[in-house]
Amino acid sequence: MGKVNDAEVRAEVREWLAANWDPDMSLVEWRSRLADSGWGMPQWPKEWFGRGLPHTLARVVEEELANVGAVGVAKSGVRLLAAATLLEHGSDSQKKKFLRRILTGEDTWCQFFSEPGSGSDLAGATTRADLKGDFWIINGQKVWTTSAHHADHGLLLARTDWDAPKHEGLSYFVIDVKQPGVDVQPLRQMNGHASFNQVFFTDAKVPQENLVGRVGEGWKVAMTTLAHERRGADGLASPSKRGTRVGRIHAEERAETEKANQPYTWYPQRAGRVDLILERAKETGANRDRYIRQEVAKLLILAKSAEWTARRARAAQQQGRPQGPEGSLGKLAASHVARGCSHVHTLITGTGAMLSGKGSARDGIIAEILVSVPAVSIAGGTDEIQRNIIAERVLGLPKEPRFDTGPFRNVRKN
Amino acid sequence: MSATPEAKPEPARRIRFAFTDEQEQFRSAVRRFLEDKSPTTEVRRLMATAEGYDPEVWRQLSDDLALPGIHIPEQYGGTGFGMVELGIVMEEFGRALLCAPFLSTAVLAANAILNAGTDAQKSQLLPDLARGARLGTLAVTELNGEWDPAGIAAVATPDGDGYRLDGTKSYVVDGHLADLLVVAARQPGSAGHTGVALFALTGKTSGVERSALLSMDPTRKLARIDLHGARAELLGNPDSGAGALVRSLDQAAIALANEMVGGAQTLLDSAVKYSKLRVQFGREIGSFQAIKHKLADLLLEVELAKSAAYYAAQAAAVDDPEWRALASLAKAAASETYLHTAAECIQIHGGIGFTWDNDTHLWFKRAKSSEVFLGHPSYHRELLMQRWGV
Repeated sequence: MGKVNDAEVRAEVREWLAANWDPDMSLVEWRSRLADSGWGMPQWPKEWFGRGLPHTLARVVEEELANVGAVGVAKSGVRLLAAATLLEHGSDSQKKKFLRRILTGEDTWCQFFSEPGSGSDLAGATTRADLKGDFWIINGQKVWTTSAHHADHGLLLARTDWDAPKHEGLSYFVIDVKQPGVDVQPLRQMNGHASFNQVFFTDAKVPQENLVGRVGEGWKVAMTTLAHERRGADGLASPSKRGTRVGRIHAEERAETEKANQPYTWYPQRAGRVDLILERAKETGANRDRYIRQEVAKLLILAKSAEWTARRARAAQQQGRPQGPEGSLGKLAASHVARGCSHVHTLITGTGAMLSGKGSARDGIIAEILVSVPAVSIAGGTDEIQRNIIAERVLGLPKEPRFDTGPFRNVRKN
Repeated sequence: MSATPEAKPEPARRIRFAFTDEQEQFRSAVRRFLEDKSPTTEVRRLMATAEGYDPEVWRQLSDDLALPGIHIPEQYGGTGFGMVELGIVMEEFGRALLCAPFLSTAVLAANAILNAGTDAQKSQLLPDLARGARLGTLAVTELNGEWDPAGIAAVATPDGDGYRLDGTKSYVVDGHLADLLVVAARQPGSAGHTGVALFALTGKTSGVERSALLSMDPTRKLARIDLHGARAELLGNPDSGAGALVRSLDQAAIALANEMVGGAQTLLDSAVKYSKLRVQFGREIGSFQAIKHKLADLLLEVELAKSAAYYAAQAAAVDDPEWRALASLAKAAASETYLHTAAECIQIHGGIGFTWDNDTHLWFKRAKSSEVFLGHPSYHRELLMQRWGV
């Protein structure tokens, strides 16, 4: 078969949609059709629920789906990270077993990477996997696990060799979360929300066939997952355009999105709510205070400059220029903006910043900002790790001496 | 670089976030010129002279690269580009710390004439500035050091078909050299922004007494100008002087912001290079997180300030309604960043960074003079808030 073009793909998907799309069928039934036809993830290989189309044509398919108002395959949470990892490293039987139910949304996934003893130093994981008969027996603790309380499967990084160097003693598994040896507990944050879980493994079982990649290659496999995470493959589904559409499918999808987003209502506050600064300064009269005016200006200069830096990075990318340093700075800039917001919101709110909840400033939103902002400079890589990465990869500074070489058994741990 | 329609300012064009290939080539050409003509040995030689620049290098950058007229319309002898190209020139000059009367002649004097002058005055005065054949400057501040037109006390008294100027101007960049002085003065008895106008006269006019000041930044020369009934020509309309003046200062703020981010980049490069070379406790100091994190923070700060400087230039080039606010934003951001980068560059160099032989202090002093020239960051932050209607 020769190369397909834009018009052919459009015609083909339109014809298929005309024959198959019906907003009154169930969400799972519709997504099963998408998965089986390959139109749900057209950029995936033909043998695995895709059509082997290049990304440019996959976007064409997306457009056509959007044009008729059709819902896509399930994409929220960790499931697409799991899918990307399995497509690259999984066995055929693993792909067969897991991929389809990922796309239909029947299975929910989570990621067991971070541990209480290894946050920034992810490869220092000490959750252990010991092979006994046909099963790997898992013992240890994971933390900051999104959605573990309703997940069916987890991506697990565990240590299988304590005599190998740190990065070489890890293996990667798919674990069934709903089993007696897995105890999922909510992890309450300082802002009162519990958006994540801590998970205790006590002789939990993973069948041998759920090892992803080879024993000792867990770090390499995890890198694939993390690379996709950085590329934003796990973006929460955006309900914006579909919000008002009528039909059983749309109602089911809205419920799904709401459930997925529920633990994250505080995320806008975590980023500092720079959008509220001027309104707040005006509504409180703080805009008449010369000192506060200065602090507001400093913050907005920072926030605007960060926004323009991101746009500058995108513009350079679109022109096909090599990535400059401006592309690596967004996370650190966002931390500065969030902290600055916390500082300025406090200045503006004054003594009222001691209160929270209904009746406090903006009915609790300001208080929620103040107790949520500390997460920004930690989640997804601390500011300190970001600075190391920038210093070493962008500025080319030498690495620090290491103390974690040799057999992992002998490395100092928490 | 040849003038193309693409680079000409036209209203309602969208603000760009990337330089065009042509602009990047232009930048490279300017950079190559400076690498050749403005090594720090030359900076040190020129900063010790009374004039503070090399007339031969000025001639070359005027004749060969046509830089002083880069933003001046072709009808007045320039090459007709805009604020973005002017920003590129300033950034590269800041990087190399070029000692030349460019800020005074091309940025301050030329823009003041463009903003205030009649068509006849522009035709008469600008071509010489554009060709680099005549040096000019703009005298705004007085002994009080204020940048707002309300602070102007110098008086312009009508006299026949011209005016006579009385008063004292200070902190005038290249005021000791410039042949064409553009002076801000007010009608007798006026106050605030009302009654302020711009006047042109040559430095040799009788009643003009010029004295070089001992500037802390020897790469940017300053002068005091005492005016005792000096005859001058009104530029344009007597009522729109304050507006033209503030517009000129806003354009200068954007140009200076671009110069500052260029200087900050040089300082950052220097600090990074040194931290890879310098060994203490048996390892490069750049392997210590105390140094790494400082440098990562500086990189972020410099990139953010660049974004503000570039964005302000792009906004001014397309006459975006917000560009005046952005001028203040960019000036405040670049001033803070430049000085901070300079201070940290000295700190990372340690003891040697405080010596005269080390080049860091050359940029540190430019950072310091640029911090307050056209107004301290706190002044511009207040202006920004006012311009945003807060």
